[in-house]
Amino acid sequence: MKTPKDLYYTETHEWVKVEDGFAFIGITDYAQDSLGEIVFVELPEENEQVNQFEEFAAIESVKAASDLNSPVSGVIVAVNEELEDNPELLNEDPYENWIIKVELEDETEINKLMNAEEYKEHCE
Amino acid sequence: MKKTVLHDVHVKLGAKMVEFAGFHMPISYTSITDEHMAVRQKAGIFDVSHMGEIIVTGAQATDFVDYVFTNNVRSMTANQVLYGMFCEPHGGVVDDLLVYKVNDEHYYLVVNASNIEKDLAWLHKQNSFGVDIIDQSESTSEVAVQGPLAESMLQKTTDYDLSTLKFFTFDDMVVYDHDVMVSRTGYTGEDGFEIYGDHEAIKDIFERLLADHEGLMPCGLGCRDTLRFEVALPLYGNELSKDISPIMAGYSFAVSFDKGDFIGKEALLKQKEDKPAQRVVGLEALDKGILRHGYEVYSGDTRVGHITTGYIAPTTGESVAMALIERAHAKKGTELEVAIRKRRVKVIVRNKKFHDKNTKQ
Repeated sequence: MKTPKDLYYTETHEWVKVEDGFAFIGITDYAQDSLGEIVFVELPEENEQVNQFEEFAAIESVKAASDLNSPVSGVIVAVNEELEDNPELLNEDPYENWIIKVELEDETEINKLMNAEEYKEHCE
Repeated sequence: MKKTVLHDVHVKLGAKMVEFAGFHMPISYTSITDEHMAVRQKAGIFDVSHMGEIIVTGAQATDFVDYVFTNNVRSMTANQVLYGMFCEPHGGVVDDLLVYKVNDEHYYLVVNASNIEKDLAWLHKQNSFGVDIIDQSESTSEVAVQGPLAESMLQKTTDYDLSTLKFFTFDDMVVYDHDVMVSRTGYTGEDGFEIYGDHEAIKDIFERLLADHEGLMPCGLGCRDTLRFEVALPLYGNELSKDISPIMAGYSFAVSFDKGDFIGKEALLKQKEDKPAQRVVGLEALDKGILRHGYEVYSGDTRVGHITTGYIAPTTGESVAMALIERAHAKKGTELEVAIRKRRVKVIVRNKKFHDKNTKQ
């Protein structure tokens, strides 16, 4: 299982990458592997507000639907619309394919997330 | 959690394991879609050892099984298999099952794993016929080989001429070097066989069939559900339940009103004559979204039913579902809405058979 060192993680298996006040958010390798083949992603709209640890999208595998929770709070500035037609990209490379980009509201929220080492332990 | 004799084989094959009906079972080995398509196009093998097997014997075995079962047991010949239900007096379903007739005084019932205890208690309660009811589930294992290549693959393992084994019949035979019972039945809509035997025999047959046939794919419970769903076979707890009778679900072919009295007959006959208040129908999503078990169905602001099973059908790629809908809204072509999280998705009522069966008649 891949766990890139430069990301932060939630207990519900989302990752966040912080760059210049923006946060890219996606699902982890562990998440995509447990879900199996992802067949549909219900994406939010740009300009919607998301809150830390609250639902922002839903992801569906063949078998089941799961909610995605945002690792941080802020306004959505971009949505990865490629996932609408190619949801399987999340299986192929969950770290390359972010789901939403958020303008960070409060950088200190990162302190409530896990680093790669802690997340690896969490998955064991 | 209980394990089947094949548990460690599944783990070694890299299966994703889940709890199902108290058993630790494989949901899939590679991907549900790949396994699904293997069964539609070639062949797949399933461990279904969690299923329950109950033997009924005695001078009045035929009378007893005919009284507790919705379908016509008296019309069965030896070595025939018949599908039907146990129903409550009000018509609700206790379980759906296969009845194997060995002879007039000996029947073999294959029931759902989650209902074994309930079925046994219920059968004992009806037993004023002096029959013996023996639970063989603990000592029996079962594998299913399903798909268009199932016959040619299984034929290599036995001297029995499988081309003579008709759909919904069974016989004793030697597979590899094991004495087993084989029926031409399944839960996928494809041709195929279900093989019953003792634990070691079934484990050996599963492993050797896989080793001997490159085109045979190990298949988990995930695709077992998508396969049966596409051909509109019911799952107990979804399309049939204590609240959903076989008449409501549209499986009246499994209820015989031409025979003598059986439990639930009066209520089911009344439902059939009056037409049931709700029916299981097919739905197709007109917007993007997947219709999942339990989601509510609306006509405007009025709730008119719920989804019983829904998927993106792997064979056709359509987003479809079976749903229990009030009769007034169950006509083909009716537009309804399904609540998916915070959204409403438009759906249209259609035939619930999303893919045609390819079984041998």
